[in-house]
Amino acid sequence: MLNNKIFLNPKIFSPDVPRKASRDGFGEGLVVAGEKNKNVVALCADVTESVRMHLFRDRFPKRFIELGIAEQNMIGVASGLAASGKIPVVGSYAVFSPGRNWEQIRTTICYNQQKIILVGSHAGLNVGPDGGSHQALEDIALTRVLPFMGVVIPADAIEARKAILQAVDYPTAVYLRLARAKSPVITTEKTPFAIGKSQVFWLPKENFSGITVIACGYLVFEALKAAQELEKEGISIAVINNSAVKPLDEELILQWAKKSKAFVTVEEHQIAGGMGSAVAEFLAQNYPLPIYFMGMKDSFGESGTAKELISKYRLDKEAIKEKVKEVLKFT
Amino acid sequence: MQKNLSEKELKKLAPEIRSKIIEILEKAGSGHCAGPLGAVEIYLSLYFGGILNYDPHHPDWPERDRVVVSNGHYAPLLYIILAYAGFFAKKELETLREIDSPLQGHPHRLSLPGIETSSGPVGEGLSQAVGMALAAKMDKKKYQVYCLMGDGEQQCGNTWEAVMLAGKHKLDNLTAIIDRNNIQIDGFTENVMPLEPLKEKYESFNWKVLEVDGHNISEIISALKAARSIFVKPVVIIAHTIPGKGVNFMEWEYLWHGKVPNSKQAEEALRQLRRMKGKINSELD
Repeated sequence: MLNNKIFLNPKIFSPDVPRKASRDGFGEGLVVAGEKNKNVVALCADVTESVRMHLFRDRFPKRFIELGIAEQNMIGVASGLAASGKIPVVGSYAVFSPGRNWEQIRTTICYNQQKIILVGSHAGLNVGPDGGSHQALEDIALTRVLPFMGVVIPADAIEARKAILQAVDYPTAVYLRLARAKSPVITTEKTPFAIGKSQVFWLPKENFSGITVIACGYLVFEALKAAQELEKEGISIAVINNSAVKPLDEELILQWAKKSKAFVTVEEHQIAGGMGSAVAEFLAQNYPLPIYFMGMKDSFGESGTAKELISKYRLDKEAIKEKVKEVLKFT
Repeated sequence: MQKNLSEKELKKLAPEIRSKIIEILEKAGSGHCAGPLGAVEIYLSLYFGGILNYDPHHPDWPERDRVVVSNGHYAPLLYIILAYAGFFAKKELETLREIDSPLQGHPHRLSLPGIETSSGPVGEGLSQAVGMALAAKMDKKKYQVYCLMGDGEQQCGNTWEAVMLAGKHKLDNLTAIIDRNNIQIDGFTENVMPLEPLKEKYESFNWKVLEVDGHNISEIISALKAARSIFVKPVVIIAHTIPGKGVNFMEWEYLWHGKVPNSKQAEEALRQLRRMKGKINSELD
């Protein structure tokens, strides 16, 4: 059942649940962050409206810098701004940033300890029709290996709004991974959210199967739908929204590892180096537990709708249900 | 040390700095020789020629001019200049590249005072300098931003992205200085990947270009003064220098880009620099 202590959206499973992309929540939050802190500046590389930074640009034109298609330069400029007391929010598509400019991020931001907020929008398969070239499936790996870089994956627009506001005050650089596609708004303003903290969104009943599904971003809703339907079939699971990829919420992960027989991790990312890998690295050393990874199996995406793609690449509700049943046979 | 030495005093200092470069690199056993030897007059002019505003006792003084060293392999020269300027004790120079030393192989901002940014991977310093210059414009600050670059990094796409942005914003508070010594690791720049016509390239990106003899302190200081005052666009000073300057077997020899002398070579280099460990200065008068 839905965790009733964290004020999730009660209309979550109804057909008229509001749908909104996480990038939209980010764009709104960025304006609020700009109002709260005059040092917040924004940089974008020719995808301003797509990344929803136009709201900030229109509100604070003098604090917005348009770089053109120059993602490497964008990072260096952001580093120089950070060195001068600004808090730069640097947005692009995740394929280009951190994709194209990784070394600049490593040297001028992380090695240099200059705090920025790196916003990778259009991450994952949900980018849809633009196809494999534009679907970032490696960005979690690219960012979570960097010292001085947190990694946060909001599950909906409200979390994205909270995430940008918190990232401004966070002591290190933060990577915010955002989705292009609209998805159900599953949290509310009251739902707790913090960088470094994840939450259990679905609690098992007394007949807990021992399977905990750990999902992030756009796919958290799919995991919740799977949990709801499995419960009707008499299979009770837990679902964690693992928004905190780095720092990982080790306390929560350990707590649920101890209650579980197996974990199933679900992400729109290569299995190699992704969110599931972060969980596995921690558990292997602290509480070894069977983990089954759902993600991209060393392949790229392709054109299609978001719905079609997560179905084809076996990351949707049906695939999660199937995987849980399969895992139950082994446990 | 004073920040506004006379040209004569600066000239006298040059062989001393060059000797120091040889000494600390020989001790370190690895590093880069040719570039630092060639850029001595540029650094001396900037730090001690009455150009740069800084306070070694308050390295984070908000009104200071910023110096971004984009070619981090010039670390030995930068460190010597910073030590002479009083940012840290000169005896620290002997620890270059050693374990636990603040003098990292390439500059690390958090290890040593006076370093604006960590560098090493070339081609990204100008971007950071542009960011600092933009911040100064936003905050109506008066400081000048200097970016010291090599010529090899003019081959990096990132450099030209930054050049374009500085031109767009007419950043007259930004001065770039290119050490045009014509060498890089794999050979002469014009063989590896031709840069010429470099002046015209910058001009076409809406920069003002000044060319100087990079060993003529008077010319360098005039250009730095002009860059600071009279142009309403970013300025690049192309300083023509001799790599390995002062040591005949290193001059123009690109193999000395990333190599250091052994003890015998160091002895010969120091002999050529004609200072007898500081006992001789008169022949420079």
